[in-house]
Parts: sequence; structure tokens; C-alpha cells
Amino acid sequence: MGRRVLLIEDEPNIIEAISFLLSRDGWTVHTHSDGETAMEKVAQSAPELIILDVMLPGRSGYDILRDLRGAPATANVPVMMLTARGQARDRELAESLGATQFMTKPFSNAEVLDSVRTLTAS
Amino acid sequence: MAYRVLAGTRVRNRRLDLGVSQVDLARQINISGSYLNLIEHNRRRIGGALLAELAQVLKIDVALLEDGTTEAVLGPLNEAAAAFPQVRIEEAKAESLVERFPGWASLITAQAARIAQLEERTRTLSDRLAHDTQIANSLHEVISTATAIRSTASILAETPDLDSDWQSRFHSNIDTDSERLAESSKALLGFLDMEVETGSGALATPIEAAEAAMAGRGYYIPEAETQTLPDMPDVDDATRGVIQGWAVRAGLDAQRLPLVPFTQAARAVAYDPARLAAWFQVPLEVVLRRLAHLPPQEDHPAMGVAECDAAGVVTYQKPVLDFRLARAGAACPLWPLYQALTQPGRAVRRVVQMPGVARTSFECFAIAAPVGDVVFGAEQRIAATMLVRPAKEGAETPGIVGPGCRVCSIERCESRRHPSII
Repeated sequence: MGRRVLLIEDEPNIIEAISFLLSRDGWTVHTHSDGETAMEKVAQSAPELIILDVMLPGRSGYDILRDLRGAPATANVPVMMLTARGQARDRELAESLGATQFMTKPFSNAEVLDSVRTLTAS
Repeated sequence: MAYRVLAGTRVRNRRLDLGVSQVDLARQINISGSYLNLIEHNRRRIGGALLAELAQVLKIDVALLEDGTTEAVLGPLNEAAAAFPQVRIEEAKAESLVERFPGWASLITAQAARIAQLEERTRTLSDRLAHDTQIANSLHEVISTATAIRSTASILAETPDLDSDWQSRFHSNIDTDSERLAESSKALLGFLDMEVETGSGALATPIEAAEAAMAGRGYYIPEAETQTLPDMPDVDDATRGVIQGWAVRAGLDAQRLPLVPFTQAARAVAYDPARLAAWFQVPLEVVLRRLAHLPPQEDHPAMGVAECDAAGVVTYQKPVLDFRLARAGAACPLWPLYQALTQPGRAVRRVVQMPGVARTSFECFAIAAPVGDVVFGAEQRIAATMLVRPAKEGAETPGIVGPGCRVCSIERCESRRHPSII
């Protein structure tokens, strides 16, 4: 089994495109589209990296990030936040809650692949 | 020495600007040259039909010839200048501009009002973009769909060995996402609700459009006398709703104070609001509104009115002479309207005058009162109403109110919000 990435995103075709991209790069991609049950999926999949959308049904990505940083098992897992809101205050909020990286939509596939490789390099 | 420009001087100035001789003008309006000379030197007051005829011959709006126009335009003109402090203006020449070229002066103030309106519209839209959840969701939908299309298209373009099943799948995804993008873009524009009318270029709020419509009707809704709604086919639904709301309230006031007995009583007590309220046993604010809502063709004294909510936002006004309040945030708090808000139920009467050349003294009657039914345990809405009419000359020394801090010359005013450009 390859290295594991968990993609928490509610846009189905983004899930499909990113999953395809990362799978071809050797990643095992787990996906989840509901904010309410995202933490359960984190516990099940034990990923090395989490790609987390901000606007999710049920719970926001910021709330999930807060929980991730509050749990010992996930406190140090790299988290890449995805958002359509690229304003400075959104970036600052994500960083203050412990996001490892902040990426605004629309992004390029190359940017995603690059970031995933970099964040998991160590 | 500053002086008040009267109608006769305006007629003369306009005639000279057009290069028309006194003899020619007198002939065109069928009066003697000597009478016209008396008029132009303000030894004869004119109004009504003769003033209208002069305005027509001189090709100028009759309102720009009437007495008091200078004061009505000078304030807004100074405010227009205050909005562009980087532009050096000849402040001392402002009155001269208004007197000599009232049309141009009015154009400047109209454009300033339009700029203020557009700025307010921009602020409203920015606030909506920042805080409206429906717009935020709609934007998220648009951008997420665009992201999906971009990622999928990149895969198709950059993966030459992509098998046919994946190609087919991704093409299908782009197809559905493109359709979603088109729909969500339309929905986003719908939320922004930007209706720019070509030709008129109007971006007025319903309240502004309603006020303009009321101005066109002389601030009188005759249908209110019979508690019916006015038919207004030339305004949009939102504006019609505002006007009909005003009409309903005017209708209720007219029901309590029917026109004929009310006007008879009003004339008998010299339009004293307190005596009328006692006479008809109605709240004072009903009388104040009613006095400002009498048929303009009847011979009643000129009266204006202003109403504001508990936040001080003007919710309705009928201007009179050079009395007009800024809609939100910029009016002088010394007006009795706002003083009434500090103590609901207390009737306020003051004679006030704005600083400057020969401003009109106004006798003001104001009261703040609850709106709607009184319910225990619920927050009560409060609104203030102020009736405004020209004060009798010499009756009492007027208190000072300002035209708005930016263009107000009152020194050491405890209520000043902004420094003045004057």
C-alpha cells in the first residue's frame, strides 16, 4: 500500500481529478465529502497528509482543523487547506489554527502535486 | 456686504446673460418696461403666473428664479466641494456662481448627489459581498466548479496516455461542470441584483425613487383622503411599495383628521399643532404629518416635515424652502427632530436658523413617539416627527442649527462630528 492522503472535499469532480492525479503519483487517496463525519474518516484512514476544503457541508474546514490540532494523533499531520476565499484574513485564520499550507481555488494540478510532495518529504 | 438675492435680481441677471434688453423682455411678457425695471430692482415682488411666464421666456426653470434658491443650492454646492478637498475652489465666488449661473450650480449639486448615491450603492454591494451568505455560497459554487474544470482539463491535456475510459469520464465531467458553471454564474448575478437601466442610468434605491416620485406630485397623495392607494404605473414594484406604505399612513391620518373639518380648524387656530391635537384628540405626531399633507392647490402656509427612526435615519421628508435633511449620518443633531428622540413623548418647539446669508428661520415642532402597538416585554419602536415652517419675522431670536458639519461655520459646537471646510 502506498503513502496515504486523505482528501476532504465536497466537490465530486475535484475529488475525482485530484484522486486521479495523486494516484498516478503513487499515493493511496482516501476521500470524504461530509464535514460532520470527517474526524471519523481521519481516524480510520490515518493519513500522512490531509487536504482539507474550508467550505464543507455540516462543519467548516476551520472547525475540523481545530479538532485535528487538538488531538495528539493528528496534531502534527500536515494539513493543506483549500478555499475559494483567498483574502488575507482567511489565510491568517487558517495559519492561526495550525494549517501547514493554504491554497486558493482555482489551483493548478502542478501546484497540488508539488505541495503534497513537499509537505510529506520530511 | 452679503445680501440675499431675490427673484428680481435673478430675472435681471438671466436677462443680461441672454443679451435681452429690458424693453424686449417686457414686451414678450406684456408688461411695461418701467414695471419690469421695478421688478428687477426688487421693488415689486413677483410670483405665480408672472414669474412662470418670465421663466419660460428666459428659458430657465422657474424654481431657479424664486426667492431663497441661493440658500437652497449653496449648502449642497459647498458639500459637493467638500467631497473633493484636493480641488482648489474659489470659495468666495460660490454665491456669485449660484446667482449668475443657477443652472450650472444646480448641475454641480445634482452630480454631487449622484456621486453620493453611487458611493452608497457601492458600499451596500461591498457589504453584501462580504457578509451575504447566499452570495458567499454562490461564489463558492462558481469557483469550485471552475477549479474542477481546470483540474480535469489539465489532466486531459497533460496525460497523452490516458485510457479511453478515463478520457470519456473526464470529458463528461467537464461537460456537466460547464453547465453548472453557467447556472451558478447566473445565480450569482441574480444575488448581486444589479439592474442598470440604460438611458436613465438610475441606480436609485426604492426610497430615493419614491422621494423623487413624491417630489413630482408635490408631496401630496390625494388618494389618501379617501383611503385608497395611488396608481403608479411608471415606478417599479419596490418603489411602489414604499409610496403605498406612505399612502396607507397618510390615509389613516386623513381618516382621523378629515380634510374639510381639519383645514377649517387649522385656519381657526393659525395652524397651531398642539391646539389641533387637543381639538381632535389625536397624538401630536398625527397632526404634524397632516399639516404637511394638505392639498397644495389650497392656500395653506408652506410646511415641510421630516421623520426619522431611533437611529436618526431620515425615513421620510418633505422639503420646504431651504430646509432639507441629509438622509443618514450627515444632518445636524441640533435640529429639534433629533432632540425629540432624546425624550420620547416630550413636545419640542424651537425657532431655528442655519448660519449664513439670510437663511430662512424655521419654526419647528417635533415629538418622538412609539410606533405600532405597545406590547409588554417587547422592544418598542420609536420614531420622531418634525414639522417645519417659515417663522414669523422678528417674533423671536432663532437658535442656530447647522447644514452638516463639513460645511458648517458654527464654532465650538459640542455636537461637531467632522472638521469643517469653511
